[in-house]
Amino acid sequence: MNQPVNSADIHKAIVEQQAAQDRKKLMLNGVLLLLLLAAPFMIYPVFLMKILCFALFAVAFNLLFGFTGLLSFGHAAFLATGGYTTGYLLSNYSGLTTEMGIIAGTLTATALGVAFALLSIRRQGIYFAMVTLALAQLVFFFFVQSEFTHGEDGMHGIPRGELFGLINLEDNLNMYYFVLVVFIACYLLVQRIVSSPYGQILKAIKQNEPRAVSLGYNVDRYKVLAFVISAALAGLAGSMKSVVFQLASLNDAHWHMSGEVILMTLVGGMGTLLGPVVGATFVVNIEYQLSQGALRDWVDPILGGIFVLTVLAFRSGIVGELQKFIKKNLG
Amino acid sequence: MSMIFGVPLAVLSGQLLIGIINGAFYALLSLGLAVIFGLLKIINFAHGAMYMLGAMTTVLMFDYLGVNYWVALFLAPLVVGVFGVVIEYFLLRRIAGQDHIYSLLLTFGVALIIQGVLINWFGVSGLRYTMPDMFKGGVNLGFMFMPYYRAWVIVAALLVCFGTWFVIEKTKLGSYLRAGTEDSQLMQGFGINVPLLISLTYGFGVALAAFAGVLAAPIYSVTPVMGSSTLIVVFAVVVIGGMGSIGGAIITGILMGVIEGLTKTFYPPASSAVIFLVMVLVLMFRPSGLFGKEA
Repeated sequence: MNQPVNSADIHKAIVEQQAAQDRKKLMLNGVLLLLLLAAPFMIYPVFLMKILCFALFAVAFNLLFGFTGLLSFGHAAFLATGGYTTGYLLSNYSGLTTEMGIIAGTLTATALGVAFALLSIRRQGIYFAMVTLALAQLVFFFFVQSEFTHGEDGMHGIPRGELFGLINLEDNLNMYYFVLVVFIACYLLVQRIVSSPYGQILKAIKQNEPRAVSLGYNVDRYKVLAFVISAALAGLAGSMKSVVFQLASLNDAHWHMSGEVILMTLVGGMGTLLGPVVGATFVVNIEYQLSQGALRDWVDPILGGIFVLTVLAFRSGIVGELQKFIKKNLG
Repeated sequence: MSMIFGVPLAVLSGQLLIGIINGAFYALLSLGLAVIFGLLKIINFAHGAMYMLGAMTTVLMFDYLGVNYWVALFLAPLVVGVFGVVIEYFLLRRIAGQDHIYSLLLTFGVALIIQGVLINWFGVSGLRYTMPDMFKGGVNLGFMFMPYYRAWVIVAALLVCFGTWFVIEKTKLGSYLRAGTEDSQLMQGFGINVPLLISLTYGFGVALAAFAGVLAAPIYSVTPVMGSSTLIVVFAVVVIGGMGSIGGAIITGILMGVIEGLTKTFYPPASSAVIFLVMVLVLMFRPSGLFGKEA
């Protein structure tokens, strides 16, 4: 094309291309939604709910790690705090409806998140990781010694109860759709946060913090807020998990769990929206498959191997590598 | 019997002794972390696993090869150190240019593998290591009973800590190390083999952890999981002290051990949490750490 093009044409072309992309995205999302709605008729709902809870946990973690660049090694603390609080309230106060228990669990985890954030934000980089790990260990000791958690035995028989006092959650399908709705709402929330001006500032902090400071942003405030939102969503995941499984145990508070959520995010693709969801699905499935077979005692070393492999060979994770591939070959 | 704040002197000094010994382990481990951090700028999450490997190697060499304690004291750190060099050469080096977060995650994965494999082989219940005969018994100091082995642990740990400090601060090799910490590219320009230096540094750092493991073998229960919980405490110690100075790492380590011992005497329920609480206080009032220069 040799004739000059005017800028209006270019603009129009860009808008059209954008619209086409949006349509494609919308269609993809629609297909995904249909699959999620139909899934419990093909796969055991409790297993699906496990994936959704961990996916939410990973999405929450990714907001901090993938989008803000802060590596927390203590996110298990929020998962466990949400789970234990909800479990304790629903077990002991029969007047509470399920969503009240979940909200209370989420709020408690949020408060803990504020405390963690204000302390850990004082150090950077690897120190940040160490501080969060140590704080989470403090929380772990608290849960080990507290009586209400029943220590090593864990909290059993948490009643699922009724949502809004109306919908019976003992039914796995009802429970599944409730978890699905919460998950999608949180996913959309994170999507909104990431694409908002606030999300852009988080990305700026991740890429070059001193520059963000020099541009006049109060970096610490943004980081604290990101941390607190992440902790709240992680707590929500824990609360729902305790309702789904009717169980809250020390496993959720262990540093091992903090490592697992890092692995999920990393394998799926940190800093992408869908990555943590894919990663959680992948890790939960791997763990399940391994626990069924002859390799059931080798889950940890295999997860460690996946960790090493991901870091060495595909740091962008499944979704990140796919995006790269699509850009290179189809874009 | 004399009492201090309602606690018998013998009990207090006994707990203090245990505190100093734990502190000696914290010092050795955080020293290794600091040495590695200096040149590689990473936190070695596999440090706890290396400490555990040192103790396990000692026990296994004795059980299967009849290697005695004194030989193990040199051989186990050597074996683990070589293992560390291998890990550095084949894994860490490949991601040297990347964000330091990745090398941290890599060492975490390595720790998971080492610990998981050993759990499969040996279970989580402890292996027993018999103390060498010459260390059996102890001496009565009048106010307390001092087992010989515990005295040896303190002496050995302090010697190694001091030796490391001396090498790094006072020798030519140490000056390379310190220069590498400042600007490794410039060092390379002066004709110093920096990649080799990095390998050896990592090897030496984990050998320190393994040395602590050998010292621990006769008094702690030797299990594949002994490293991970210790490591988290050591991380807190490192946050408290900062990794800016070698001396700082040593002093903070011993100090935290003593504080832990005192807490065990006066308020036992808090003893496992007290170091983390100190960390919280330090973060609130002196965020860069007691000896830290970095933010």
